[in-house]
Amino acid sequence: MASLQHTRRPRGIKGTRGRGIALHAVLIAGLLLSAFPFYWAVIMSTHTSSEIFSYPPKLLPGSHFLQNLRSLFDNIDFFGSMLNSLLVASAVTFLVLFFDSLAAFVFAKFDFPGRRALFVLLMAIFMVPTQMAIIPQFVMMAKIGWIGSMTALIVPAAANAFGIFWMRQYMRSAIHDELLDASRIDGANFLRQYWHVALPVVRPGLAFLGIFTFMGQWNDYAWPLVALTNPDNVTLQVALSQLNGVHGTTDYGMVMTGALLALVPLLVVFAIGAKQIIGDLGKGAIR
Amino acid sequence: MATALEKPPVIAERTPAAGPRSGFRRYWHLYAAISPFYLLFLAFGLVPVGFSLYLSFHRWDGLGSMEWAGLSQYQYLLSDSDFWSSIGNTLLIWALATFPMIFLAMVTAVMLNSAVRFKNGYRFAYFLPNVTSVVAIAIVFGSVFSTNFGLVNALLQAVGLDQVAWLNTPWGIKVAIATLMTWQWTGYNAIIFLAGLQTIPGELYEAARVDGANPVQTFFRITLPMLRPTLLFVLVVSTVTGLQSFTEAQVLLQNTSNDSTFSGGPDHAGRTMVLYFFQQTFDNNDFGYGAAVAWGIFLVVVIFSIINWRLVQRRGED
Repeated sequence: MASLQHTRRPRGIKGTRGRGIALHAVLIAGLLLSAFPFYWAVIMSTHTSSEIFSYPPKLLPGSHFLQNLRSLFDNIDFFGSMLNSLLVASAVTFLVLFFDSLAAFVFAKFDFPGRRALFVLLMAIFMVPTQMAIIPQFVMMAKIGWIGSMTALIVPAAANAFGIFWMRQYMRSAIHDELLDASRIDGANFLRQYWHVALPVVRPGLAFLGIFTFMGQWNDYAWPLVALTNPDNVTLQVALSQLNGVHGTTDYGMVMTGALLALVPLLVVFAIGAKQIIGDLGKGAIR
Repeated sequence: MATALEKPPVIAERTPAAGPRSGFRRYWHLYAAISPFYLLFLAFGLVPVGFSLYLSFHRWDGLGSMEWAGLSQYQYLLSDSDFWSSIGNTLLIWALATFPMIFLAMVTAVMLNSAVRFKNGYRFAYFLPNVTSVVAIAIVFGSVFSTNFGLVNALLQAVGLDQVAWLNTPWGIKVAIATLMTWQWTGYNAIIFLAGLQTIPGELYEAARVDGANPVQTFFRITLPMLRPTLLFVLVVSTVTGLQSFTEAQVLLQNTSNDSTFSGGPDHAGRTMVLYFFQQTFDNNDFGYGAAVAWGIFLVVVIFSIINWRLVQRRGED
């Protein structure tokens, strides 16, 4: 496969140089659109609230970033809550990657009595509006004694329908049956097939699920807000929400500073995991 | 694939008494592998969901005693024009956001897949909108769409057009929310499509090129059919999450109306189904009716998910 590409890639590009430039022009336009609200967030984080709400709109960064940063650290335990978020997001991501990919492997590649019914049930659970469960869930967690601790966030999130659905769809096209048959003939049992045949092939799919799970936990807001009853021991998003209306009105400059700073660990995780999503340039389709 | 769904004939060969047991013994490792999700649901999901179902047949203000209401909450739901208009709002916002989003995401993914240089940089930038919290994004968009101080109106004025009170007119609200959603989820879905594109064997494209297929033919004959599992995933997930959206509308519109944080702005134009659920439950303390609304939402989500599933899947596949 690698040798095939060596012979065809240069030719494909040489013939389409003009198209290549047009392609990059479109991609850069999309990139600017994607990045613009971030630029706007930077602008907001470097101004005072009254500067933000003035006409004409500010287009360049201002000089209040350090003041915003100081009032951010004065008002919340930023790094303490960040540690909590790191703990919750890492633990959930690890558990979800394992449980979801294992279940997805079964649904994608094996047959057993009740498979269809169980999958329909999984999708039905996926479609239940989770908001309606929040009050009874709180009552239940309080009875177990998990309210106020990170356990209340980690354990219920350890496996989810979204990830199983995603990995199943991904495995359907990524894992070829011949590969599994070959390993079966070699005498590989179920777990060996999962670990040595399936997982190496689906790393891009896992990387996506990992990033998305980490992100979802990092940004999750409603349930942590309800479940973490001790205001001094919360996740980052809950801490950030405590900034609203701190001084009577919301200091948007400070809020945006916090939101931007909360983004940094996510960008690191994404940069690490993203390499897996496209993989080496040599792999996959090149037209 | 249809035949693979039928029960394997092996089970029938066993003696009737031992039938189900030996079936389970034969497949126990598969059941064990899928069990964590179902066990977690049994432990943490079933009771809350069952309680909500129980609530929906009662009248309860959250404090006093519950009163049996039979089907009356559901009867009222069917005739509740506010609920129907919240369905309309949700579907309109969903359609305004989802179709451009899927189209743009697929185009972006195909372009990213064929662009050789700077691939990592693009991918990183395109995923950026999705990494930040909806709350922060909604604040930014609230500022961008602000009537007096917003950038969109400043641009409109700069080119000589009238300003629009984006967050004060019914269609402006929907456009603003849909724009936010499209912006947030296009890159995310492009990355999903990209992951799907990576599973298509390069030999197929090679064969198409040898046969003299042009890019459009290649896309419709190879890329799109091979991408079907991914497309199904994107469409169903967009439906389930899109029809249950509320944070965008709530944060964008919370300051535009003074009666409730869940009101969905002027004329309730941004009141989605889930916002209506919150309004009934927490503003009106009508927990029984709120539960009935939640089950109404569930039904709408299921119906549209099935429609989308059928649209994408070929007959005979699951």
